[in-house]
Amino acid sequence: MTTALFAQYLFAGITYGILYAIVAIGFNIIYNTTGIINFAQGEFVMLGGMIAITFNALFPLPVAIILAVMTTMLIGAAIEMIFIRWLDSPSVLRMIIITIGISILIRELALHIWGESVRALPYFQGNEISSVRILGTNISPQVLWVIGTCSVIVVCLSIFFKFTSLGREMRACSANRVAATLCGIDTKNMITFSFMLSAGIGALAGCVMSPITYTQYDGGTGMAIKGFTVAILGGLGNSMAAVAAGLLLGIIEAFSISVVPLAFQDAISISILLIILFIRPHGIFGRSDIARLKEF
Amino acid sequence: MSTKNIFHLAALAALVILVQMGTAWTETGYYLTQLTMIAYYSLLIIGLCMLMGYAGQISLGHAGFFGIGGYISAALTSHNFAPYQSNPFVNFLISNGLLVGRTDLYGETLLSFHPWPACIIAISFTFITAFIIGIPVLKLKGHYLAMATLGFGIIIYRVVLATEAFGEADGLSEVPGFELLPGLVVSGDFDARIENYYIAWGFVLLGIVLLLNLTNSRVGRALRAIHGSEEAAQAMGVNTARYKLYIFVLSAVFAALAGVFLTHYNGGVGPSETGIMKSVRYVAIVSIGGMANIWGPLIMGVILNFMSLRGLLGSYDDVVFGVILILVMLFAPHGILRLNVWSRLRLFFFPTPAKSSPLKENQ
Repeated sequence: MTTALFAQYLFAGITYGILYAIVAIGFNIIYNTTGIINFAQGEFVMLGGMIAITFNALFPLPVAIILAVMTTMLIGAAIEMIFIRWLDSPSVLRMIIITIGISILIRELALHIWGESVRALPYFQGNEISSVRILGTNISPQVLWVIGTCSVIVVCLSIFFKFTSLGREMRACSANRVAATLCGIDTKNMITFSFMLSAGIGALAGCVMSPITYTQYDGGTGMAIKGFTVAILGGLGNSMAAVAAGLLLGIIEAFSISVVPLAFQDAISISILLIILFIRPHGIFGRSDIARLKEF
Repeated sequence: MSTKNIFHLAALAALVILVQMGTAWTETGYYLTQLTMIAYYSLLIIGLCMLMGYAGQISLGHAGFFGIGGYISAALTSHNFAPYQSNPFVNFLISNGLLVGRTDLYGETLLSFHPWPACIIAISFTFITAFIIGIPVLKLKGHYLAMATLGFGIIIYRVVLATEAFGEADGLSEVPGFELLPGLVVSGDFDARIENYYIAWGFVLLGIVLLLNLTNSRVGRALRAIHGSEEAAQAMGVNTARYKLYIFVLSAVFAALAGVFLTHYNGGVGPSETGIMKSVRYVAIVSIGGMANIWGPLIMGVILNFMSLRGLLGSYDDVVFGVILILVMLFAPHGILRLNVWSRLRLFFFPTPAKSSPLKENQ
């Protein structure tokens, strides 16, 4: 393998890996505050891309993206308020089925609104053929946009959770919901906010990836499964580990193309998910004694 | 088996006969085609109901098992082995009567597996797969179990979609009929519609008898204990891992059998049969029907599949399933047939509950 080819695979791996990490962080935010896995997480990514494409016909690109992210956040909040807020300690099986139902609903509504056609946002800079030369290989500037945006999201989120009072309240909520309530934190609002936040970052990821991976009504499921794989790989609930796990999965996937046919790419990442679930269900970076105390 | 169950079974058998007579009388025999397909889907659904309702384990990968059964049987019975006649293994199969010749539309002789050995291979393969997958998967709970089974389903879907022997995106077609006994063929043949209807529902009745017997046995009690609380069951000396595996494999075999027969009935199978949406749909039907009872999912399965197969839902097919799924899980998590409408209404109009109700709950 030449250096150029190696760099090519590496950049492809990092691009996809960091996108998976963003989706995984979306899973983690909701999991931390509610203890449920939102199976509709991938649909937020799809919605973000689709809404931005629609708004882009009317507004310039940055405005369209901001509007799309805000709309998706509102949708996320609405979903939480309509379907989840008033349920009194529902069972895990019930929540799985409800969120799967929500994801079907969003996907089918998207099919009726936007149709089956494959769409894409325009490239943020240049076009399909413009390229930047790094490490002896040509990559699209959009790849840098994806990596940059996702890194900014990760940094902003960690600052938000560490240094703002809202972020601290959310962390308190995830550590112990009852204790958080006793401290005067409105846990119900925190849960709504966690849905908004995770819908928002999902939508932003959907926007930046749209020019490269395209957006289609059923594109969310694949992202959700990869994102979940990454969340498990890093250890459920741990956002920083999700970034490392995301990059790992992305790079494994990218290099797997050089060994097995492209058609089996998804099968490989899901096999990794299964193997991790079987041998290390608490993730590569998680601790088994902590995981045992959690309710999956 | 209790008299109540025998009564239910007799009622179902009578209904099956009545529906057939009804369609013959009103000359709407074309409904039998969908009703036959529904019967095979019902076979899968009652199997999944055992896993979800009695043992309390979710599986989002049952379309995968359905696909394994259907695809292996279809590939073995439709693939032409004639070019490999010189191969000693193929020769061995021919001399044992496992491969049979038949002529295709263009008068050429094809050499492929007889449906019986193909079916046995498909079921054995499903059995082994379910066994191997089941051991690690069933150690998982909740979200992890759901995702692991979903992942299994996707792998099967991807493999089918990428394998040339399985027809890739086109699927397999021109699958011959399945001759169960001489003169009794499972196929989409127009003249054999009534026979096929009875064969299919006969399988469903057999399946129900088997499962009902199972639920009233030691195994059934063990499974219900696991559903109630796995830890408590374990403390009482129930080998939870083994029973969960048994029921997982059993429901997988039911799914594969449904796949085999439906494939021979339809004369083909496509990748969408193994897709995630199919698995979700089966889970939806079981949860809508109320899990811990075979009859609820069976009835809901017949109604929903009938609407879906007749195209009554149009392009809103999946939306309807999604909406029903959410509504049922929000308002009636034990299934709509278990929604005690009368007592709810009574409670609504007369807020003080009737005196006998707490006693009834205990019984």
